[in-house]
Amino acid sequence: MIVVRLTPPDARTREATTEPDRGGRLARALDLHEHQGKDLFRRYGIPVSEGRLATSPAAARAAAEELGYPVVVKAQVLIGGRGKAGGIKLAASADEVEARAGEILGMDIRGHVVSKVWIERASDIAREYYLSLTFDRSAKKPLLMFTTRGGMDIEEVAATSPDALVRLHVDPLEGCHPWHARRLVFEGGVDDPSEQKQIAAIVSKLYDAFVATEAMLCEINPLIVTPDGEVRALDSKFTVDDNALFRHPDLAELRDIAGADPLEVLAREKGVTYVKLDGEVGVLGNGAGLTMSTVDVVTFAGGRPANFCDLGGGGDAQGVVDALEVITRDAQVRSIVLNIFGGITRCDEVARGILRAVEQMGLELPIVVRLDGTNADEGRAILRDAALPNLHTEATMLEGARRAVELAA
Amino acid sequence: MAILVDADTRLVVQGLTGSEGRFHGLRNRSHGTNVVAGVTPGKGGQDVDGIPVFDTVKAAVSETGANTAMVFVPAPFAADAMYEAIDAGVGTVVCITEGVPAHEMLRLYAFIEDRDVRLVGPNCPGVLSPGKANVGIIPAEIFREGTIGLVSRSGTLTYQIGHELTQLGLGCSTIVGIGGDPIVGSSFVDVLALFEDDPQTEYVVMVGEIGGDEEEKAASFIEAEMSKLVVGYIAGFTAPPGKTMGHAGAIISGTAGTAQAKKDALEARGVRVGTTPTEAARLVAEIAGA
Repeated sequence: MIVVRLTPPDARTREATTEPDRGGRLARALDLHEHQGKDLFRRYGIPVSEGRLATSPAAARAAAEELGYPVVVKAQVLIGGRGKAGGIKLAASADEVEARAGEILGMDIRGHVVSKVWIERASDIAREYYLSLTFDRSAKKPLLMFTTRGGMDIEEVAATSPDALVRLHVDPLEGCHPWHARRLVFEGGVDDPSEQKQIAAIVSKLYDAFVATEAMLCEINPLIVTPDGEVRALDSKFTVDDNALFRHPDLAELRDIAGADPLEVLAREKGVTYVKLDGEVGVLGNGAGLTMSTVDVVTFAGGRPANFCDLGGGGDAQGVVDALEVITRDAQVRSIVLNIFGGITRCDEVARGILRAVEQMGLELPIVVRLDGTNADEGRAILRDAALPNLHTEATMLEGARRAVELAA
Repeated sequence: MAILVDADTRLVVQGLTGSEGRFHGLRNRSHGTNVVAGVTPGKGGQDVDGIPVFDTVKAAVSETGANTAMVFVPAPFAADAMYEAIDAGVGTVVCITEGVPAHEMLRLYAFIEDRDVRLVGPNCPGVLSPGKANVGIIPAEIFREGTIGLVSRSGTLTYQIGHELTQLGLGCSTIVGIGGDPIVGSSFVDVLALFEDDPQTEYVVMVGEIGGDEEEKAASFIEAEMSKLVVGYIAGFTAPPGKTMGHAGAIISGTAGTAQAKKDALEARGVRVGTTPTEAARLVAEIAGA
């Protein structure tokens, strides 16, 4: 049976509960939009449907006129559940395209405002497969995964019919060989010789793209077979390694500043790691683990953390000023806890940064400070001598968190 | 005894002439570490406060008998530095550098897998055996010498727990920061195995965090292979859903990767887990009878 899908299945529908590929740490990878991933697919020879990017209903109409009908109008946002939220629509005429693009542009999909739509020639679909290449950090090898049960939530396939999902590691020193692809298609149960051949070619090209772009994840779901027997990527999920961007300036430029949380953009400019949460207690720590631990302790003390903000290693006074600027931009913040364990970071520098921030920004919010480690005594003395009314010091992280929670109430 | 670094460590610092390399190299030496050489290509023949600098690790090893390397070179060159150290026959390599591209680590890990070499890091605070040797950036003054082995994915969190242990009068045999990158040279299991075989170590504290399945693998290893008591701590119990779009990681490991899932996996195998650093330290004190 041939199906034209109104809302192509979207593997982004389920929220991830953790950051499994990145050790729980955030912002170590760059997620690309569907259209950016498809551009990369095209560059590496993986077949995709023709499409155009549009930022206005008129541009969407013009794009569709070039492509021919019917087309699919797809919201370009870096968040799951586009289809369910109404961010993917079919359109059969110029007027329809303009109307659908008008509805989708500006739409708020769970905090992400749609500023771009991808207009693509609608595909007739006979079958939907799934293909991905990712980092298996447990085995410390790249992992190929393939199933003919594509188009649905892949976690569900893995859970309900694990045998249907073929997994195959690639030795990073040996690279991907034709036999890898043969294993995937034969064990996956693809019978048609032409499909087998096309998929094998795609596997090899996907590996090339993965290595060349230093990707953490390349996922095609669904990988469709058209009624004519043509195999094509209908969606793309592409994540590249932040740490490798220094030698991929073209990829670094793909970072979507417009679509990101403005506070997170500011934080990135200032070089602090910041993740917005929903509470009232601002959290600033040094090091991802200690900061995460501080967020936990604030929650256990009955408070709601407003953010996760990591000064990073070797934070100087200006780093503290920058971090406090980012944290206090959030109007929900009612108190801040600074939890610093000095190693490379020196507590006297941190103390100077706090005073400078209070002075420069005229901060009146209560700030609770816990300092330990390198130059902690000097740091505490600097804060004590300043005798600012909104500055509180505590001896332990537990007490610091409790105090900040009280002061936010 | 202790593990990985001790009084027999002869350290070569790759990147000793850089500001960070110099600061920490000399700090390590002042803790008693035998820092025998530095390596900076093009600066062979110079010295840093009396420590001779060589152009290549090979030269440093043949001239000084270095058996351990600490890598302090910038991220784009760090993998190259690690390969060079391994090729020169250095048995233990500790890479402090943050930001090493993940694909380089994939290949490097495959390269060392069958070789007789121990890599710690990258993106880690290093290894400290109090009173014997310090290789890395861990502030030694926080820790006391003792019988607890401490292994952690996080830097400052390690200091926090070490500090709490010290407050309770407890000391450590060795503190190992394995690093938090997707691919690191030594895993929890690797370090736990070393602690199990180390006569100085009586108890082990394992400090994990959300993501991946290393803590779960450690739980199975502890149950099957370890006679020594292990206490766990996991950071990130209240972490919100991550921002990643991919789900492939969770499928691979077959675990949710959450702090609760890790705690459950550890407790199911008899490992007690603290939900705050303070609670974890208190659990150790209880077990150690301090």
